[in-house]
Amino acid sequence: MIGGPERPPDPSNAMRRFTRDHLTAVLMLLPSLVVLAVFVYGFIGQTFYFSLTDWGRDPAQALALRPERAFVGLDNYARLFTGVLETRFRQDLVNLLFFTVFFIVGTLGLGLLLAILLDRGVKGEGFFRTVFLYPFALSFIVTGTVWRWMLQPQGGVNLLPTYVGLPQGQFTWITSREQIWSFDWNLVPSITALVVAAVLLMIGWSGWRSARRGRAVTFLGVGLALAVWALSGAPGIEMLPFPERRGFNLALIGIILAAVWQMSGYTMALYLASLRGIPEELREAARVDGASGFQVYRHVVFPLLGPITLSAMIILGHISLKIFDLIWAMAGPDLATTSVPALLLYLRAFRGNQFAEGAAIAVVLLLMVATVIIPYLWSSLRGEVRR
Amino acid sequence: MRRLLAILIACGLTTAVASEVEIFHWWAGDEGPALEALIDVFEAQHPDVQVQSEAVAGGAGVVAKAVLKTRMLGGQPPDTFQVHAGEELIGTWVIADRMEDLTFLFEEEGWFEVFPPDLIDLISTPEGIWSVPVNIHRSNIMWYVPANVEAWGIDVPQTWAEFLEICPAIQAEGVTPLSLGENWTVQHLWESVALAALGPDQYDRLWSGELAFNAPEAMVMWELFADVMACTNPDAAGLSWQQATDLVVDGEAAFNVMGDWAAGYMATTLELEPGTGFAWAPSPGTDGIFMVLSDSFGLPVGAANRENAIKFLRVAGSLEGSDAFNPLKGSLSPRTDSDLSIYNDYIRSAAADFAVDRQVGSMAHGTAANETFMNDFAQVIEIFLDTGSPEAAASAAHVVALQSGIGR
Repeated sequence: MIGGPERPPDPSNAMRRFTRDHLTAVLMLLPSLVVLAVFVYGFIGQTFYFSLTDWGRDPAQALALRPERAFVGLDNYARLFTGVLETRFRQDLVNLLFFTVFFIVGTLGLGLLLAILLDRGVKGEGFFRTVFLYPFALSFIVTGTVWRWMLQPQGGVNLLPTYVGLPQGQFTWITSREQIWSFDWNLVPSITALVVAAVLLMIGWSGWRSARRGRAVTFLGVGLALAVWALSGAPGIEMLPFPERRGFNLALIGIILAAVWQMSGYTMALYLASLRGIPEELREAARVDGASGFQVYRHVVFPLLGPITLSAMIILGHISLKIFDLIWAMAGPDLATTSVPALLLYLRAFRGNQFAEGAAIAVVLLLMVATVIIPYLWSSLRGEVRR
Repeated sequence: MRRLLAILIACGLTTAVASEVEIFHWWAGDEGPALEALIDVFEAQHPDVQVQSEAVAGGAGVVAKAVLKTRMLGGQPPDTFQVHAGEELIGTWVIADRMEDLTFLFEEEGWFEVFPPDLIDLISTPEGIWSVPVNIHRSNIMWYVPANVEAWGIDVPQTWAEFLEICPAIQAEGVTPLSLGENWTVQHLWESVALAALGPDQYDRLWSGELAFNAPEAMVMWELFADVMACTNPDAAGLSWQQATDLVVDGEAAFNVMGDWAAGYMATTLELEPGTGFAWAPSPGTDGIFMVLSDSFGLPVGAANRENAIKFLRVAGSLEGSDAFNPLKGSLSPRTDSDLSIYNDYIRSAAADFAVDRQVGSMAHGTAANETFMNDFAQVIEIFLDTGSPEAAASAAHVVALQSGIGR
């Protein structure tokens, strides 16, 4: 129990005092709880309900004063993942995946590099710190507009090499239509199963090594079975009647660049604070034991940056999963090569009047963000309780 | 204390007595003064009514429409709102029984004699007439700089066949034959090309559902579109429509197909002289056809200040209101009796065409097709840009037309 002076409970008024305090606490929290329940969870529930209807397919009902919605179950979701016309949604998901991975890796990497450089005590550290942090204060719309101009193929970044006598850059940045690492969408069940199997095998193996044999065996067994199925049975599942190539659109490189430029100040600040928090004695001790500069970093500093890296990854992950305004400002709402689900949601629901489908996309996004946030919250809360 | 109370009561009474009208629109920035002028005319005629001008700027109306939809769904319609006349209004609001029939207004104000019959057809259904147009823009116009065209020794093409003939010569000079911008400008080009390839009657049949988008007779428009797109700039996706116009003005491109707001941009912002600094021709193959788009105001069912909204609509469709609004907006008046002396050269030439040309509706700007179609057509264009295949685009367009209920 938090707070409270340590003294034996008074049997006569204990229950009453406890109840009144308890009551006050509940009353203080009640308004926030009600507001949260209605405006957050209530509306999430309503969105989920709408995603199970056909609201929007019949224009006579879409914007009527009292729209009639018929229940269609999971049909909207089936259409999103296997419908022929929903190719944009599937490309958006793949775009989002690649964007998230490169954005997180890029931001963490660049932030760490900048923090390490600043940590070494350069002159004018305050100045550099401010300069690196400034982009974080901009809104995504400003960043998007500026980078859009800079990445135009006929000007901006492509002109930089000419200042040092090299030929003009030829990469078409956001207007590029090239795609690499293409895979067939019909292989998605197989690939997903393989990834899940790999994760299960890793958990099982770490359990085996820490001698929790029983749990390890379950995880290893399930992981192995899933992997076998992924390689043999899954390719037989037909998501679409014909092959659909999906991959990494090179146009995303421009977007990733702008996003990393904006957010690396944030990770730099986090890492700098963390680095400053590492006691000098640890580094000295390592150096005394004969570690080189790089080894000090690798074996002493980086492991201690683990927790902050994890929490930065969570924050960056949920920013990137919901990214909308940066894409809108940089590439416009209709450019398919850089589109993301949040953009599609807005256009489907509010430009195309397909509210149920927009709700389905919203629920998919919610599940994706929940997959990132909930395990983190659960493990950190569990840690707190144990403490 | 009693004096304070008296003052408060007086204030309360005054606000209760003063009537108002709420106008919902997305004209902010450059287009704001035009609406201000119209509101001034209204306020001069109705000094007892206070006008609340609710502007939601940005996204070429996408943001405003999103706000409007949430308000209408919540049962709080504005007294009147800006909407593109035609299917954007009919396919979203009229079909959901959210708008009032304005035939009575047209009869009382004598607008049947003043607005062209083609225009009235475009904004009505068998059940009635649904909005009052305040302006007319033309979509199928091609812009060029006469000095450059002369210098390159080419003639302004009258048909797409002529354009495709001179395209290699222009490209050889390092100039883009036809400049293009982001997705919606490609849709804008597509509708001019489709109109030229099909002719106005077949083009109308696309929107009435009688002609399928992938029918054999319709494939000609997709193939022509593919040929024309081969003569455009490859970096189009990163350019706004103004930047595409800039390419023509700077001599890096020869022609640009854009609506007549480009005239406003070139005349006012770039300070070019209409006729000498820049010139225009109907988009190839569409001479004699006027592709219409129109901003208009409608009357939603359940408007809080219905009488004041109707007063505003009368002013918006009147000669005085129209001639106050349109010169500042850079568009034509929908009335055939407007005073042309107050407009610039381009508008005068466009108004002359408007009075006699056959009129068809623009798809990209809400006249010919409903919002669901317009939203998904962007994807059809992207499919074409990605695959380069007219067949793929045609079948995708067919599916989109089916799903959005074109012609139902």
